[in-house]
Amino acid sequence: MNVAVPLWIQGVVALLLLGGGVLALTGAIGLLRYGDFFRRMHPPALATTLSAACVTLASSIHFSALEQPFALYPLLINALLAITTPVTTVLLARAALARGRDASADVPPPLAANEPPSGRRAAVASRQR
Amino acid sequence: MSALLAAAIVVTLGLYSLAMTLAVVRLLRGPQAQDRVLALDFLYINAMLIMLVLGIRFSSGMYFVAALLIALFGFVGSAALAKFLLRGELIE
Repeated sequence: MNVAVPLWIQGVVALLLLGGGVLALTGAIGLLRYGDFFRRMHPPALATTLSAACVTLASSIHFSALEQPFALYPLLINALLAITTPVTTVLLARAALARGRDASADVPPPLAANEPPSGRRAAVASRQR
Repeated sequence: MSALLAAAIVVTLGLYSLAMTLAVVRLLRGPQAQDRVLALDFLYINAMLIMLVLGIRFSSGMYFVAALLIALFGFVGSAALAKFLLRGELIE
C-alpha cells in the first residue's frame, strides 16, 4: 500500500469526514434535547442522510485515489439507507401514534372514520374475532 | 496517510463516539419504548459510519462489507422492534 494519495485529495477527504462527524453529533444533541417523541424523530435523519452522504463520498474519493478505477461502491450504502430508513421511520411513527391512542395521550385522531384501527388493542380485538 | 488525514480521522471518530454516547443517554433515559428504539436506530447508523471511517483509516475494503452488514441487520432489527411496538407480536 505504497500508493501516494495527493495531499489535496486527503484534505478533501478530511473535510468531508469532519463534516460528517459534526452532523452526526448535531443529530445526537437534537435526539437528546428535544422534548417530544415526534420532534425527536427528526434529528437522527441528519445522520442517515447528510452525514452518511459525507462519509460515503469521502470513502469513495479516497479509494478512487488509491486504486485506479473509480470506486463507487461506497455509494451503495447511500442507496441502501435511502430505501431502509423511511420504512423504519414510518413504522416507528405509526407505532408511536397507535401507542399514544391506546394510552389516550394527546396525539392526532385518525383522519377518516373508516380508517382501519391499528395498535395493540386493535390487534388483540382482531385476534379474538 | 498524511498527518492531516490521520488527525481528521481521529477527531471524526471522537465526534461519532460522542454522538453514540449521547444516544446511549437517550436509550437509558427515554421515557417510552419508542424513544429507546429510536436511539438504537441512531446507534446502528453511527456504528456503520464508524466502520466506513475505519475503512478509510486502514485503506481496507473489508470494513465496507462490515458496514453493509451492519446496515442490513440494523434495518431488520429496527423494523422488527417497530412492528412489535405496533402490534404486540411479530408474526401473526
